[in-house]
Amino acid sequence: MFGGATAIRQRSIIPGFELSLGVTLSYLGLIVIIPLCVLLLNASDAGWAKIWAELSSPRTLAAFRVSFGIAFLAAAFNAGFGFIVAWVLVRYQFLGRRFIDAMIDLPFALPTAVAGISLTQLYAEKGWLGSALAATGIKVAFTPLGILVALVFVGLPFVVRTVQPVLQDFDRETEEAGALLGASRTNILRRIVFPPLIPAVTTGFTLAFARGIGEYGSVIFIAGNMPGYSEIVPLLIIIKLEQFDYAGATVIAALMLVASFILLFTINLLQAWTRRQQGG
Amino acid sequence: MVDHFSSFHAGPPQAARRSLPLTESAGARTILITIALGFLLLFLLLPLVVVFAEALRMGLGSYWAAIREPEALAAIRLTLLTALTVVPLNAIFGIAAAWAITKFQFAGKNLLITLVDLPFSVSPVIGGMVFVLLFGRQGVFGPWFAAHDIKIIFAVPGIIIATLFVTLPFVARELIPLMQKQGTEYEEAALMLGANGWKTLFRVTLPNIKWGLLYGLLLCNGRAIGEFGAVAVVSGHIVGLTTTMPLYIEVLYNDFNFPAAFAVASLLTLMAFVTLILKTILEWRAEQRLARGRLH
Repeated sequence: MFGGATAIRQRSIIPGFELSLGVTLSYLGLIVIIPLCVLLLNASDAGWAKIWAELSSPRTLAAFRVSFGIAFLAAAFNAGFGFIVAWVLVRYQFLGRRFIDAMIDLPFALPTAVAGISLTQLYAEKGWLGSALAATGIKVAFTPLGILVALVFVGLPFVVRTVQPVLQDFDRETEEAGALLGASRTNILRRIVFPPLIPAVTTGFTLAFARGIGEYGSVIFIAGNMPGYSEIVPLLIIIKLEQFDYAGATVIAALMLVASFILLFTINLLQAWTRRQQGG
Repeated sequence: MVDHFSSFHAGPPQAARRSLPLTESAGARTILITIALGFLLLFLLLPLVVVFAEALRMGLGSYWAAIREPEALAAIRLTLLTALTVVPLNAIFGIAAAWAITKFQFAGKNLLITLVDLPFSVSPVIGGMVFVLLFGRQGVFGPWFAAHDIKIIFAVPGIIIATLFVTLPFVARELIPLMQKQGTEYEEAALMLGANGWKTLFRVTLPNIKWGLLYGLLLCNGRAIGEFGAVAVVSGHIVGLTTTMPLYIEVLYNDFNFPAAFAVASLLTLMAFVTLILKTILEWRAEQRLARGRLH
């Protein structure tokens, strides 16, 4: 692929360059790159008329609005609460702190289908929370609000886990200096503590958002899946596949893929920014 | 860091006439802790309690019966088969990728690292559908496989390939930063003392990275067992044949067989607990070794 492996790398006495890179590229190529290229090629084969018809259909547009809009809200929600959780875990001592710290990763470890049926049961009209909310006239399960709840659950660890290490390494002497110079606590927080945390919060937000737009398992049980109202893009893709509308599914999936590429690029930039803040 | 914090909590020096505003007031602290705990109670703890409450609603007898249904056992077997196939393959890939990326300098390395991470940014549904486009009846290789009577989509191979896709980065992304930090000195020493490449890998590199490798395997295994979106696309939901545990839960739930759905779900929840406990132990170990390293 690179035409003579030795020419493009520095000399080293360590063996196995050709073998390890060969295994890496073939495996990655077979499982990820070629399949994704086939998807993009198929989408471009569909022709502009089909692409336009697909992407401008009210059902597709509504699904994109639901997926991106609610993923954004859930990520914002998690940015706020995740920040408070990270703050409390790093700065305060209280009973069960270590246990709670370990529990934060639960949404990563718990299969999404389990989270999906459990949240649905909890927020359904007869559920523990659903019945209490129903009394106040709020319906969560089988509405877009249910999607929000599911996406808050799956995105919960991202902001906590990006803010936590930055907060842990935070040099508290600058805070002490501010206090000695007579700054109030509010001013210290606003001027000294919060600014270096902004990149970490933004990174966590973007990670949660990226996860949210692609999420499927935890959402479909609680969403109710009404086209145009509570139908997410990943579900629309599956429905089109089941109807053998491969072209339609492919066009929508390709657009989602492009969105993922853009987000991945953004996340890489944000992580570099976070590292610079941490180092500086 | 530990010393820094303990001296910090010892309070301001006696000479200070009034305490400096070094932390929030007791009232603000209580409010923030309450908000954090309330949020976690609502979004983490309650869903967990619901799983077990619903699973045991009809009593232990029907719980056991639900788990011992032949379809449930078939789902458990398929899930284990998938994990046992996927985890070793992704481990070999992870070690090879980390070896190539961390032991050598070559052009395009950063692009390669990004590509390794790619499956994490792609919706799992897309991770499944690409294989339908490749191997499905209307897919690129579909007719060839159909002619040779090989079934991939709506069969076990499809489930395994889709799971390979979504869990591909786990081992590699643990090993790459770890081996980057460790450098190449130990390997170079071993090679100069006459060990060959394989011996260096097995006797020097792998012992050095074993805890990081274990961590990656753990996360890879957890995701392989719990994967839903990608396998939902390729499975076809043939109960007893192509339903993994998460897909079987979906089938039961859609049949309104809630106690059975939650019974199987409780097994996956226990698996998640084991993953979290082992993960915490591994992280705790790594922290302690880091602290010991700083003492020297």
